[in-house]
This record gives sequence, structure tokens and C-alpha cells, in this order.
Amino acid sequence: MSTYVEQFPAEARLVRSAMYTAFVALGLGAAFGLLQVLHRTNVLRVIDSTDYYTILTLHGVLLVLTFTIFFLVAIFTWAITTSLDRPLPDHRFSWTWYGLMTGGTVLAAIPIVGGLIDQIDMSAAVLFTFYAPLQAHWLFYVGLALFVVGTWLAGVDWIRTYLAWRREHPDERIPLPTFMVLTTMGFWYLSSVGVALSVLVFLLPWSLGIFEHVNALLTRTMFWYFGHAVVYFWLMPTYLLWYLLLPKVAGGKLFSDPLARIVFVLFLLLSTPTGIHHQYLDPGIAEGFKYVAMTNTMFLLLPSLLTAFTVVASIEHGARQRGGTGRLRWLGALPWRDPVFTGMALAGVMFAAAGFSGIVNAGLNVNYLVHNTFWVVGHFHLTVGTAVALTFMAASYWFLPQVTGKPLWGRPLALGQVLLWFLGMTFMSNAMHRGGLAGIPRRTAEPQYNFSFEPAIGSVAELDAQVVLGGTLLFLSTVLFLTVVLGTLRGGVDPTRIPANTYAAALSEAEDGPRILDNLRLWVLIAVVLVILAYAFPIAAIVDRSGWLGPGGSPYPQVVWVVEYLVVALALR
Amino acid sequence: MNVHDYEKLWIGLSMVLIVLFIGSITYGSVVAGVVMIDDAADPVDPDALGDHPDFGDPGVTQTGEDTYEVHVVAFHPGFNPDVIEVPANSTVTFHVTSMDVIHSFSIVGTNANSMVIPGEVSSMTVELGAPNRYGIVCNEYCGEFHHLMEGELVVVPEDEFELEADE
Ligand code: HEM
Ligand SMILES: [Cu+2]
Ligand SMILES: [Cu+2]
Repeated sequence: MSTYVEQFPAEARLVRSAMYTAFVALGLGAAFGLLQVLHRTNVLRVIDSTDYYTILTLHGVLLVLTFTIFFLVAIFTWAITTSLDRPLPDHRFSWTWYGLMTGGTVLAAIPIVGGLIDQIDMSAAVLFTFYAPLQAHWLFYVGLALFVVGTWLAGVDWIRTYLAWRREHPDERIPLPTFMVLTTMGFWYLSSVGVALSVLVFLLPWSLGIFEHVNALLTRTMFWYFGHAVVYFWLMPTYLLWYLLLPKVAGGKLFSDPLARIVFVLFLLLSTPTGIHHQYLDPGIAEGFKYVAMTNTMFLLLPSLLTAFTVVASIEHGARQRGGTGRLRWLGALPWRDPVFTGMALAGVMFAAAGFSGIVNAGLNVNYLVHNTFWVVGHFHLTVGTAVALTFMAASYWFLPQVTGKPLWGRPLALGQVLLWFLGMTFMSNAMHRGGLAGIPRRTAEPQYNFSFEPAIGSVAELDAQVVLGGTLLFLSTVLFLTVVLGTLRGGVDPTRIPANTYAAALSEAEDGPRILDNLRLWVLIAVVLVILAYAFPIAAIVDRSGWLGPGGSPYPQVVWVVEYLVVALALR
Repeated sequence: MNVHDYEKLWIGLSMVLIVLFIGSITYGSVVAGVVMIDDAADPVDPDALGDHPDFGDPGVTQTGEDTYEVHVVAFHPGFNPDVIEVPANSTVTFHVTSMDVIHSFSIVGTNANSMVIPGEVSSMTVELGAPNRYGIVCNEYCGEFHHLMEGELVVVPEDEFELEADE
């Protein structure tokens, strides 16, 4: 029994580097988040409103691509090596994918930041969804492509490790953590092919001037083909931690290994053929296709509901092991002073709340009310912004000692940090949801129009105050998190004070489930068939309507309008 | 595979919940007639909207006793026309397209809310009652002046309403 860094020193270095990259992205992203909050509510404006979108692009890209996915590769590398008990096959290869991911991020960031500097003639204020015909500098697309290729190679690395293990253990069940990694990568390959094709075949050549225009609806559909699955790409490492780490720190075991496998198989099957649910309000897509996506989406509720059950049951088991009794009194026996436990548990609570607002979003016709309003921002700050981000931060308090050999510094601060995040997010997200119901849009520097929004209860000023308060607390919480990280790194190495590198065992073990669960080829095949069923017709219909390159539409920014517009705007002021 | 009794119950309830959701949405669109934005309208050429019979001269046209059609062209950062006047107690169908990037057309306080995509036409119908003023916003980011993009729907008393002369 020893720590991860003692077992796998080389991999620990890789995991560490990926985590540090994630933390840098988190810190920068949070600072931009605070700027946005203050700007939108008109409390403090340090940038021009026209630059707001560059900041928002950075916030989106740094948090949902860089922070989440770098943390994911760290967790997955740990999961594979720990559960198969073998190192990665080739360290040069591993550092290559890490390098591609980091290089890709930097290349994509250059033109975005360039948009803030007048002397640099580059911009990429296209937000992380980069819908054409909004156009970014070509470096942005190159960076994205390299980043995605980096994640593909990371997957190859894990699969190679698995295959090597398989040769030596032909009859064993796949260890659960490895199973989770492989199913997740299955839908990641399947879905990211869509965005990679969109970028390489259409957007990059177009940004270089090779094509005059692209088909806006087609590239948008290809984005969402990936854009929904990417949500589950953030969520899967979170679920992995809830299944493997949370029961362990709660003092118990995972309730059921076979059920966990079923959950991951369902995600493999259903996370991609649902993307059109982000296009309920798009013209040019028939209602029938939207209906299919809606049904698939509703079935995707199942694995999350199963997860809720398993997680609660596992925690309860932990509490009873610790001497907890009664119907609900066992809750008191849980290790609430442990930031790893409390952070993840609070993240789970917020995720449950997000489930409700998510059902509203997924409703085909209810969606009209909230589509693209502040409601949606409230929703995903509960999901990716808390269920995922807070779980990652809490888990870092367990992982950092594992990968550095240094005991956690400032445990009470860490506990305060996770509580502060919960509190801040309660304010911010609640006010965002309510603002959205009143019609306040998202993605705007100045939601102040000639008419006013009227919330059902309270006032816009009160909502703004809550958003500012919440955003400030969240920013402080991030600073606290980074302080604990730095404090830990400054400490000395002392493996004797660190728990051993293990994960939760299961009450109902893998052998209780049918062998077919481990037949990954079969599941991938079904996933491919489902994707073809869900997407072949819509894509064919879109191309049939207006061709691969679309009917036209001029790229933006176009200098002429900007000048024209400025003249008009000045004349009106 | 041994599945715990509570687990079976939970799975059963979850499935019931999912089927109920799907059922209620199906009911909404099939029985209650909530209309979706779809592919009914033919695609248009965003570079040649000037030559289009309707979008070439956007604005309000009367199609029946109390029914009107409004054609709107979205561009960064505005709507043409930006102030739309229609009479009270009428049924108005909006047809919106874009001459440049993706926008939205959202009449705050009504259920008219749609993406506007170059090459495609979004059509939506709204029942309007008493005289009122509604803000129209673009809630899809469309460029650096996105936040300035707004319009207004003015519902005027029936006796004050006049179609523009050139219609
Ligand atoms: C310090 C904490 C944070 C604050 C104060 C904050 C604030 C905000 C605000 C105000 C917006 C809306 C801007 C607008 O629509 O005009 C926003 C958007 C967003 N935030 Fe955060 N946020 C924080 C943390 C996070 C985290 C941790 C994540 C994810 C891991 C995240 C992901 C996003 C995404 C994806 C968007 C949408 C970007 C877009 O519309 O393109 N945020 N944030
Ligand atoms: Cu989605
Ligand atoms: Cu706009």
C-alpha cells in the first residue's frame, strides 16, 4: 500500500502537469468570469463592451475545454494505470499528446487575446461555439484541431495499455475504472470526429480564403453533433470520481459494479444521437428530427437517475460502516469535515437541482421560453460549473498528495473553499435562472435595452445584486483553491501521512453482471448505428437544401459594416 | 445479475418519469398544437436578399381580415425593419432571415423566439391582444455590437393602424 507517485513516478509527473495546466486555466477563467459579472450588471467596467465577447470566448474556452479536459486526462491516466496496475507503454508518446493539447490551447488562445490588442491584426471573438459565418483567425482553428488530436492520442495511449493488460489477463473482467475510461473514449472518438471534420474540411479552409462561404446550418449541426457529447465528456470523469472516490472517502463501498457499467454503456450509446436538442429553435431542420433527439435526450435521464441512486446508496453504506443509524440520522455520521467528501457531496446536490432545470431545457416546446436566455447560463453553471468543477476541485485535495507525495496543506481552508463555492453558486445561479425567465438574454455585454425586463418576483436590480455577490464569492473561492494548491506544493514530501492509492471496492462485484457488459465492440457498434440513424437524414436534408458550402452569407467581421455602423451609431448619439 | 429491490423500484419509477415527459411533450405538439420552427420555408440566398420578392422589401403585409405577415431581415447589429407596427387583436406571422451571421429573433414576453440562420427562414405566428409594446432582441451572439441589436413590436389600437403606403 503506497501512494501513486511511489507506484508510478513517471505517470505521476504527467498527471501533475495536466492538473497544473487545468488549474491555470481555472484561475484565469474565474477572473474573466468576475469581469463578466461586473460588466453585465454595469457595476464595474474595465473593458469596452465590444471586447466583452473576447473575454467571454476566453472564459468559455479556458474553462470548458482546457480546465475540464486537462483534468480529465489526468484522472483517466490515473484510473488506467491504477486499475490495470501497469504503467503507460511509452512515455515519449504520452508527452507527445500532452504537448499537442497544450500547444493547441496556446495556438487557439493567441488570436483570441490578439483581439484585445489593437496592434495585432488577429481576432477570434467567436465564443467557444464558433458558429460560422462568425470567423476566427485560422490559428484558432488549427489550435482546436491540434487539441482534439491530442485527446485522441491520449485515448490511444490508454487503449494500448489496456490491450497489453488484456494479453496477460485474457479471462478477467475489465476493471471498472478502465471500463469507464474506454466507454467514455468510445463516444469521444465518435462525436469529436464531427467537430474535427467541420474544422478541417470547412472552417479552416474558409478562414484561409480557400472557400468563399460555408453552410452555416451544416457547420452548426456538426458542432452540436459534438457539442452535446462533450457535455458528457466533462461529466464522465465526474461520475468516475463519484463512483470510485466518493464511496471510499465516505468509508464504504460502491453499491453495484454491474450497474455502474450499465450507466457508462448507456452514455456511450446515447450521448451523441441527442445533439439536435440544441437546435430545437433552428429553422431548416424538420420537426421529426427534433422529436427523435428529444426522445433520446429523455432516455439519457436514465443513467443519471441510476447514478443518483448508486451514489446515495454507496454513501449511506459508508455512513453505516462508520456507525451511522436511523432513517436519515446516518447523514450525521458522514465525514463532513473532509473537504474531499463535502465538496463532492455538495457538487452532487447541485447536480440534482440542475436536473430539474435541465428537464425544462430538454422539453421541446418549453424550451422556447428559456432558449438562449440567462436561464441557460444558470443551468450550466450548476452542471459543468459546479457538478464538474467543484468535484474536480474537491478531488484535487485527494489527488494532489497522491501525485506529489506532499500532504494536503490548509485543510480547514479547503473545507471553507468548497462551502464558499456552494454558497456563491446558489446566489449566482438562482438569479440567472430567474433572470432568464424574465427574458434576459445570455451572451451580451449590456442586457440593458430601451425596454425593461420584468421578473415575476423581485426586480432586475435585486437579481443583479445576487449575480454580483455570487460571482464575487465564486472568484474568492477559486483564489482560496489555488492558495491551498500552492500551499501544498510548497510543503515537504511525506508519504507516510498520505492515504494509500486505492479506490472503492464494490458490494455487488463485476462477476455479478453478465459478461456481455464488457463487450465493448458490440456497444461501439450499436452506438455507431444509433448515430447514423439520428444524423444521416438531417445532414442529408441540410445538404440537399443548400449544398455543402451553403447558399452564401458573408463572413464577419467585415470592415465595411463596422465603419458604416460606427457612423450611424455616432450620428444617433 | 442480482439487482437490489430498491434498485428495481427506482429503475421502474425512472422509466415511468421518462415516458411521462415524452408523453407530455408529444401531447403539447400533437394535441395542443404548439408549433415548432421547422424546414417548411424554402432556403434563400443571403447574398441576394435584395432581389427576393418578400425580403427585398421587408415589412408588414395584410393577408386576411385579422391576419398579417411580417418579413424581417436580421443583420449585425440590427433588424430591418426595427420598429414593427401591427394592429391589436390580430394574428401575425413573422418570417425572419439573416443577411450575414447567425442571430436570433426573440420578442420578449411572447413565445416568439427563434434562431435566424443565413440561408434559412424562420417562421413563427403570434396571437396579439390589446395594444402594447414589446422589445425584440437578438439573443445569439453575432459580433461586437451584438448588445445594440434590438427592435420593437408596437401593437396599436385597430383604428390607428395603417399599412405603409408602398405596400
Ligand atoms: C468564478 C466563477 C465564475 C463566474 C463568476 C462565472 C460567470 C459567468 C457569466 C456571468 C457568464 C455569462 C456571460 C454572458 O452570457 O454574457 C458565464 C458564461 C459561461 N461560463 Fe462561467 N463563471 C464562473 C465559472 C465557470 C466555470 C467553473 C465554468 C465551467 C467549468 C464556467 C463555464 C461557463 C461557460 C461555458 C459559459 C458560456 C460561455 C458562452 O456563452 O460562450 N464558468 N460565466
Ligand atoms: Cu446538451
Ligand atoms: Cu446578436
